[in-house]
Amino acid sequence: MNAHDSTLAGRPKAKLISGNHACALGAVAGGCRFFAGYPITPSSEIAERLSRSLPGVGGVFVQMEDEIASIAAVIGASMGGVRSMTATSGPGFSLKQENIGYAAGAEIPCVIVNVMRGGPSTGMPTRPAQGDIMQARWGSHGDYPIIVLTPWSVREIFNETVRAFNLAEQFRSPVVLLYDQVLAQLSETVVLDGVPEAAQADRKPASSSPAEFKPYAADADGIPPMARPGAGYRTHTTGLTHGESGFPTQDPEAVTRNLSRLFSKLDRNRDAIDSWQTVQCDDAEVLIVAIGITARAAARAVELCRARGVRAGLFRPITLWPFPEAALQAAAAQARAVLVPELNTGQLCREVDRILGGTRVEGLFRISGEPIVPSEIAERAAALVRGA
Amino acid sequence: MLIDQAAEFDVRDYLRKEMMPHFLCPGCGHGIALRALLWAVHELGIDKDRLAVVSGIGCAGRLSAYIDANTFHVTHGRPLAYATGLALARPDLHVVVITGDGDCLAIGGNHLIHACRRNLKLTCLMLNNEVYGMTGGQVSPTTPEALLTTTTPHGNTEPHFDACALAAAAGAGFVGREVTLNVPKLKELIRAALTHPGFAFVEIMSDCTEIFGRKNDLGSSPEMMMRQKSELRPTAYRDTVDMPFRPNHLPTGILAKNDRPEYGASYRRAAAAREAQS
Repeated sequence: MNAHDSTLAGRPKAKLISGNHACALGAVAGGCRFFAGYPITPSSEIAERLSRSLPGVGGVFVQMEDEIASIAAVIGASMGGVRSMTATSGPGFSLKQENIGYAAGAEIPCVIVNVMRGGPSTGMPTRPAQGDIMQARWGSHGDYPIIVLTPWSVREIFNETVRAFNLAEQFRSPVVLLYDQVLAQLSETVVLDGVPEAAQADRKPASSSPAEFKPYAADADGIPPMARPGAGYRTHTTGLTHGESGFPTQDPEAVTRNLSRLFSKLDRNRDAIDSWQTVQCDDAEVLIVAIGITARAAARAVELCRARGVRAGLFRPITLWPFPEAALQAAAAQARAVLVPELNTGQLCREVDRILGGTRVEGLFRISGEPIVPSEIAERAAALVRGA
Repeated sequence: MLIDQAAEFDVRDYLRKEMMPHFLCPGCGHGIALRALLWAVHELGIDKDRLAVVSGIGCAGRLSAYIDANTFHVTHGRPLAYATGLALARPDLHVVVITGDGDCLAIGGNHLIHACRRNLKLTCLMLNNEVYGMTGGQVSPTTPEALLTTTTPHGNTEPHFDACALAAAAGAGFVGREVTLNVPKLKELIRAALTHPGFAFVEIMSDCTEIFGRKNDLGSSPEMMMRQKSELRPTAYRDTVDMPFRPNHLPTGILAKNDRPEYGASYRRAAAAREAQS
């Protein structure tokens, strides 16, 4: 998309900035007015930049005592009606999971940036990985829906950060922005004019009378309006299963109805949530599916393949979860084989294989802390076409 | 909604009647603590629309649902962290945290010490019933030594925490402790905490008659409350009796108070000064 728009240097608004810098700029543009975080490599630059920029726009930055406190404070601020975000990396993302589930269940908008580094455990703090694809989707206990966005360039990090806030507000959901260490600290020249404006879709405010208002009674779109503390509604928010009143219930019918709605509010709004990019997929005999920095290499690999007469294409989910299944199926319609390069042992590949059942799906995995280079992807893609 | 504070206090004006009957056990001290809080809120004329109550998990955590205010029942141990975000984002709200001894001192201990250090304006009420009541009576950080719980069948061998000493050492602007036996006194302490400009920590000695009391043959609720009273050591004694912390001797009243700057105001002032420079 914008990965190769680096010929703009010298133009007035061109800036050479890192991915984390773009994320901090995108947060302010996206209306973020509260950030709570805890230092962790390789995401700390986001916190550092927002500690400087938020007060100037009337916002608040706070460095909390730990990762759990950070996500808790973010959810608390959002419960107060303020667009809020935290940023972390693998170990911190693991620690935040219980409260991410709270935000999903209680339907509190918030944005969580996870800059992926090598794992498991402390792993390789300064090396890239893509090992949190499944944790981003399933990391908290219980069954819940979540939105996860995976940009592939510095410019797209900016755009997707803005979009993350708008989706969080619109769907009353936690939104995870997932990218890797290379993108976080890669500097690219970007032009930030024509940027998407913030606050396009604030959470729906409660409008009925306080006496009639039920905090989890959804409109036709499946999304309940949200009462702002101080507006007279005096509602109750809980992580316990609740009915429309917001108060705890274990009534099987009420529990099923509310949890089903939780899923349906994303399912029935996929047009507004799904996002992906295709590169030369129309006649692709081999389709490459990748995200983040690996997708950047894959885009180059498509060019290398085409130069050798191999008809390759790239499918790149930008909204990773919910996965754009129909778009992937359409992109893979002509493909004889699908290659999934990724910096883990097959998390994306497993999902692609599930969606494209019947098509040959192969992975190209790396867990060494190094990115995959275009020539490797091109060679493997060409071999797949030869039937090797 | 503003209630006429000159009017006589009627606890029903501050409760969600649709949530009754409540789920507390007979003899539990938590209801008394709740009444004292609401009484103090009434006397101070705090607008219910501007009152936010954040609570954690456990018996104490359940109290928020009964209060007719903006209430948030959050994850185990984290109410202070949620409240920190809420209070920083919305300085116009009056934020009160209700937590228990396990919620506040065990799983949430890190948040307590840093909330004390940070000194953001919050009122934290820790209802200490000396046990994990909701989960069936396991040992907590405040279970007295030698007493029985479902996980200390031979008697508790861990020393118990003095939450007020901890809060004071961590820098809390206001620290107090009271028992549920004397409700007007408890109300006065909570009232003083609510008006403190920084972080205020109040430990309320509650009693768990059904689970903890039964397990240790501590008698009925009145008997448990009288036992608490017999262990009191009024603050006034401190000047005359040099007594280091000893289990089963509870200093009560306002135990620590200081005028450290409130965090939210300090943050906004420093940020504004920097903005003015640049």
